Amino acid sequence: MSVTGRSYFDALADALCVPTGSDERTSLLLKTESSTFIRFNRSAVRQVTQVEQAYATLALARGARRIESRVGLSGRVEADIALLRVEHATLAAALPDLADDPYLLLPEAATHSDRQERGSLPGPEHLVRTVADVAAGLDFVGFYAAGPVVRAFADSLGTRHWHHVETFHIEWCLYHAADRAVKATYAGTQWSDNEFARRIAEGALRLPLLARPARALKPGAYRTWFAPAAMAELLGALGWSGFGAKARRTGTSSLMRLAHRDAVLHPQVALAEHTALGIAPAFTAEGFARADRVGLVEAGLATGTLNCARSAREYGLVANGANSGEVPESLALAPGQLPDADALAALDTGLYVSNLWYLNYSDRPACRMTGLTRFACLWVENGKPVEPIVVMRFDDSFLRMFGEGLLGLGDRAELITESGTYLERQLGSLSTPGALVDGWRLTL
Amino acid sequence: MLDDIELLTQRVAPTDLRWSLRAVHERSEQLCVRQDIAEAPQYSRDAGVMVSVQDGDGLGHAATADTSEAGIAAAFRRAHGLARAVAGRMVFDPAALPPARARGRYQSEVQRSVASSPLRERLALLSQVSQTTHLDSRIVDWQASLLSVQTEQLLLTSEGGRTEQRWSQTMPHVQATAHVDGVTQTRSSAGQYNGWCQQGGLEVLDRASFSTEGPRVAREAIELTTAPQCPSGEMDVLLMPDQMMLQIHESIGHPLELDRILGDERNFAGTSFVTLDMFGHYAYGSELLNVTYDPSRPEQIASFAFDDEGEPAQREHLIEHGILKRPLGGAVSLARARAQRPDLQGVATSRAASWNRAPIDRMSNLNIEAGDASLDQLIGSIEFGVMMRTNLSWSIDDSRNKFQFGCEWGRVIRNGRLAEVVRNPNYRGISATFWRSLSMVGDASTFEVMGTPFCGKGEPSQLVRVGHAAPACKFSRVVVFGGEA
Repeated sequence: MSVTGRSYFDALADALCVPTGSDERTSLLLKTESSTFIRFNRSAVRQVTQVEQAYATLALARGARRIESRVGLSGRVEADIALLRVEHATLAAALPDLADDPYLLLPEAATHSDRQERGSLPGPEHLVRTVADVAAGLDFVGFYAAGPVVRAFADSLGTRHWHHVETFHIEWCLYHAADRAVKATYAGTQWSDNEFARRIAEGALRLPLLARPARALKPGAYRTWFAPAAMAELLGALGWSGFGAKARRTGTSSLMRLAHRDAVLHPQVALAEHTALGIAPAFTAEGFARADRVGLVEAGLATGTLNCARSAREYGLVANGANSGEVPESLALAPGQLPDADALAALDTGLYVSNLWYLNYSDRPACRMTGLTRFACLWVENGKPVEPIVVMRFDDSFLRMFGEGLLGLGDRAELITESGTYLERQLGSLSTPGALVDGWRLTL
Repeated sequence: MLDDIELLTQRVAPTDLRWSLRAVHERSEQLCVRQDIAEAPQYSRDAGVMVSVQDGDGLGHAATADTSEAGIAAAFRRAHGLARAVAGRMVFDPAALPPARARGRYQSEVQRSVASSPLRERLALLSQVSQTTHLDSRIVDWQASLLSVQTEQLLLTSEGGRTEQRWSQTMPHVQATAHVDGVTQTRSSAGQYNGWCQQGGLEVLDRASFSTEGPRVAREAIELTTAPQCPSGEMDVLLMPDQMMLQIHESIGHPLELDRILGDERNFAGTSFVTLDMFGHYAYGSELLNVTYDPSRPEQIASFAFDDEGEPAQREHLIEHGILKRPLGGAVSLARARAQRPDLQGVATSRAASWNRAPIDRMSNLNIEAGDASLDQLIGSIEFGVMMRTNLSWSIDDSRNKFQFGCEWGRVIRNGRLAEVVRNPNYRGISATFWRSLSMVGDASTFEVMGTPFCGKGEPSQLVRVGHAAPACKFSRVVVFGGEA
């Protein structure tokens, strides 16, 4: 029985999540994948790995007490059921040692969802041969991750959520030399050799520009166009404590000034946790169904927060499907009016920033971020790319950049799927247009 | 479990191919008491194997949690299939890799195992720490947590290698957020990402002064809310061990990873300003800089006897009197690098996050050796500067050169004496020149053994636990700045 098959999940759920008629609640969050990972360096294979993994987070709640265990499963259904039953008994024995948790909040009614997306994915031999063919003569370094991924939830109330996708994600750089490269991604469910080859060829056309001598910029303020991939880094950093209810209530959010109306963003800025637009499951680890859309910033003003179940109970809010870290999984910045095709003309003279790297806060209360340019960032004059730039550090407030500094948002939002594979293949995404910003502050 | 896997492997492993099998069994417990309320305990139990098979010039890896005979046999077949699929298309020739024949054992030194204490007792301790952290109403959020991890690993190779290692790791944490007159500041015991992480059992809590840390952390959080911003300008900085660990990690550890130097990580974690020709002569820092790869310190979190490719591990200088000697590279990377630098020596530090990831070059324990200056002498030597404690913010470019780091807590040093506490201390520099400004190194009395449980890298991504021990260190003429008023 495959660990990514529905019958495997159903067997576990039916065995463990049995209605009890008491105040005891058992839940099972299943995360499984059958993944092929191939990493490339210099157009050749550095490492190829196939991983079959299945983890069940088994949680037991009785009254206001809860305990949970994440258990690695073998895929042999009878053995796994036996293992989970033993774990269930262990958790039950530990429960009396716990005190009541006044902030425990669990779903009150059963919910259901079902998403099944089949894919057409290349085998490893085909993929390796294709890379060798289309990247011949190029310094291609990249990473391919593909295969079915499952997120599923069941509880003894009768809740059943099933999310099964078969996807591929290949992300690569074509290097000119040193730290100068063109970065690209190809992701989806239906692989096409032609489309992959087209994207490689498109990137290769941009390499000659990177071969020009790089311009060393002085620290200062620069008019800048941020491509969607760079915007994703800025918005990703913003999501790190910016929108969470707990961070707001404890005063540690990077958007406290926005929340207190001590600062406003540009009226064009509209941010939402837009699950319906993304690829994340429509349910949480506790079994709550997620809203299609949760508004966070509307017309430049803070309007909502991400409320996990625990925060909802603690602060008297409505849980709105946030994960326990209250970090967005499907953040969406609404597009503006600036046609993408006119972006460089609107920039005129300044910086084209393709990618940013390693963002962090240098002053969280002021929402001041720092980070670096990366890959194919260019100096632009009179709307024409002139030359690459030497890597530069920025240190600037997001509130300034996207408040008084925002000149326009691109008219087309790009869906950027999460490529992370820590512990498991991630299913988050972020949707954003590019942005034209005045006076971006470079420091080193 | 490991004994069973060894027997099954003997039955199903191919006899005509080169292979290895690494089995991992890991259990963990995460307890957290926030605002005096115990959150649901989180346990984790994980087990599986990574099988690697080489066939000619192809090498494949297959991971499974099915450790039955059929499951292990299937993993061998999948790994072999992948080896064939990539044969002739690899960036290195796996047939040229040295054999892994080492045999031996390693076990963490544990005085009081976590299991020897009932859950109720551990929760009571956390509750007590939580309660003592809540000094008064100015503390608006506070928590005490404890992560304990027990890992067993068995590595078998077709060349007769057999290494068995067992680690116990303990990671306590205390954190407090204070709010006074519109200013919010957070202080932690050793960084908000568990800087105090060591091997051992409950005795680690004593070494961390866990039971008494709460009031100090809370007092300092309150103190920071009324402290002025850190001054700006070029000045001396005195970095304490809980910031030194981050400085070492980002601007020595990552740039010395051989797989970065060879370009493997350019699509994700980045490259390095260090190149192969630098080893043996490049002045990485001042003559006071002595950096060791040290897997032999029992309490340090990444101590072991063998890396995850079975190479025996021993202490080596990577930088000696400021001169760059060795990279952080295991057997695979070293074999590749020697095509260009036949004289290059590495260290045994190929590591994998768990059974479901193949090993790559990682940091393990990467330390700065103590010097001869007492803390009083370090402070006394500074006319105007800032002492900084506890990493808060970190950012560095993809060549590991231009960095900017921030700390939770700073204190001005004026005319050789400690003066006012300051908030939001930050500094920036360039790795290639920063270490040359190392002007004094603290003695053993300033030395602390710390680390990070969350070092991320690799495709697929991997988190490993890394140790960093260091004395207090003084750097001259550093660009320092604070936050907005």
